[in-house]
Amino acid sequence: MPDWEALRDAGSAIKADVLARLPELLEELERNVSARGGVVHWARDAAEANRIVADLVRAKETDEVVKVKSMATQEIGLNEALAEEGIAAVETDLAELIVQLADDMPSHILVPAIHRNRTEIRDIFLERMGDAPPDLTDVPRELAMAARAHLRRKFLSAKVAISGANFAVADTGTLAVVESEGNGRMCLTLPETLITVMGIEKLVPTYRDLEVFLQLLPRSSTGERMNPYTSMWTGVTPGDGPQEFHLVLLDNGRTKVLADEAGRSALHCIRCSACLNVCPVYERVGGHTYGSVYPGPIGAILTPQLTGEKSDLPYASTLCGACYEVCPVKIDIPSILVELRAREVELGGASPDTADRVWKAAMKAASFAMADGARFRRAARLPRVLRAISRHGVIRRLPFPGSLWTRSRDLPEPPKQTFHDWWAGREDER
Amino acid sequence: MSDARTEMLSRIRTALGTSTPEPAPVPREYRSAGEHAAGSAEVLEVLVDRLVDYKAHVHRVTAADLPELLAELLAPGPGADPGRSAEGQVVGSSSDRSSDILPAGREAEVARARSSVVVPPGIEPAWLAGLADVEVLTDSREAPLSAVELDGTDAVVTAARVAVAETGTIVLDGEPDQGRRAISLVPDVHVCVVRTDQVVQTVPEAVRLLDADPGRPLTWISGPSATSDIELDRVEGVHGPRTLHVALVS
Repeated sequence: MPDWEALRDAGSAIKADVLARLPELLEELERNVSARGGVVHWARDAAEANRIVADLVRAKETDEVVKVKSMATQEIGLNEALAEEGIAAVETDLAELIVQLADDMPSHILVPAIHRNRTEIRDIFLERMGDAPPDLTDVPRELAMAARAHLRRKFLSAKVAISGANFAVADTGTLAVVESEGNGRMCLTLPETLITVMGIEKLVPTYRDLEVFLQLLPRSSTGERMNPYTSMWTGVTPGDGPQEFHLVLLDNGRTKVLADEAGRSALHCIRCSACLNVCPVYERVGGHTYGSVYPGPIGAILTPQLTGEKSDLPYASTLCGACYEVCPVKIDIPSILVELRAREVELGGASPDTADRVWKAAMKAASFAMADGARFRRAARLPRVLRAISRHGVIRRLPFPGSLWTRSRDLPEPPKQTFHDWWAGREDER
Repeated sequence: MSDARTEMLSRIRTALGTSTPEPAPVPREYRSAGEHAAGSAEVLEVLVDRLVDYKAHVHRVTAADLPELLAELLAPGPGADPGRSAEGQVVGSSSDRSSDILPAGREAEVARARSSVVVPPGIEPAWLAGLADVEVLTDSREAPLSAVELDGTDAVVTAARVAVAETGTIVLDGEPDQGRRAISLVPDVHVCVVRTDQVVQTVPEAVRLLDADPGRPLTWISGPSATSDIELDRVEGVHGPRTLHVALVS
């Protein structure tokens, strides 16, 4: 990729431009989606977005919808909200299906079931899927085919689909979803009605800008030259695909992030997960530990900003800078972390002494973790992240760009205790 | 309670307030085109390499030989060898992935004497001239097959809008020679006919071309569907067609 840095520069500048002109670009998007037969809804918070979606689904007189993996709908707890209304939301991404059948929590943006091994997945399918072949083995290909058969029945009969969006083009009204399995295409193509929930920061100004992000995203997220499937649609195409399209534009704290001059570039994020894969803290503690929908370095800056609540997430970092180096849109995560830490001290009434103590402890924690992973294994709780893919205590392959690391060496099995637990225990000892 | 739209736009304007970042020109120093011309030998070689890497079956044929290739690929029963083209010019993987594990109830179809293929309304009729014992179903926006009917169809043949060599990508834009999005999704075998002059080197070249009709529904396809969700072990062929044949026609 000879022009990687030039693509990052363009991606970063396009996202900065989007934020600077957000009101007019959103209005332009709304105009273009509406002109092509789509309906645009605005949701100030999670409750409002969930209400809108539930009402749209109920109007279609169905109690089951198919879903494409989406961070935005996970953030607003859409599945739970729909369940309360008696509507079952069926996750169709293989990993999300595993997580959903197991009544579990995702642990990674891109591979949410990475904390489950093949045998666990087979057992989950046999117990919970309902139509899994009784002689199902734990060969990944067989497991994937069982999911294919199970979900195909759902796809063929679903009336309503719900998706997120990777990009929305203001000047044409075009939406884009980037995926691998084809479940996205199924949801975006077969049902009569499509509802897309999208954060207001997912815009790009022009169609041409897609040429930048369609090169940046696949390489940063899975290391592929291009993901197997990308779907783009503009409103409704008569006779082809859903004949009713709703776009829900979601705020839910994003305007709070936008108001923060120092932290607003967190809204550049295109959810590629590259920063998770290189983060030494994430590697150690895993996704569940962050206790937020957005884990890893980006979660450590985005979550406290979105919720506006006090958080210790900004301390879950060694400030090593690897996240900044791999970020396809050049979000300076370490600098924002430092800023958020300083603010915790100012706003939280903590003394500079406290900050210093916490800082030193955090640094110590990191070096402690990296110096001797075995200490953590004596701990009681099981985050289980990454452990599932370890064999005899080592991990031989990580997703890109971690794969560059594990290509030539093994990674020790992550600890069983979470950062939070260890932290709490440490405080108790004092 | 104020209207959500008004309030969100007002929140954004307040958030930007006095510290609105200056809209700066976007630097576009990245490559807007490759060094090789569309359809050149260099570009085709890269495309074939990428497609094979993604486990697609690639067949390079002349326009005159295309009907024979399609007849062979679409012939009913297990006799057809998808790895051998009419020219005997084998390019691509000839793994038998598509037949090793079938969903319950579909085994019987393999041995059937007659197979079925769905085609878009604007497909070149000459392409299908060599088919024998193949039921040809035409699907269109005006007269669409149901999803269940498509699920009962063995294969689909479409043309393409553009292909990107560097990423091994084929783009369909829903025009009459490519058809509705559903037809290239539900059947298990997709035979995609790409003319060599449709192959560009880079993503920006393809986007520039597609930008002429931005409202068309697009499907970008880079190999068969895949997942790495189970222990990061790559499995090809999850929900989309499990077998992708690309006929590269010069």
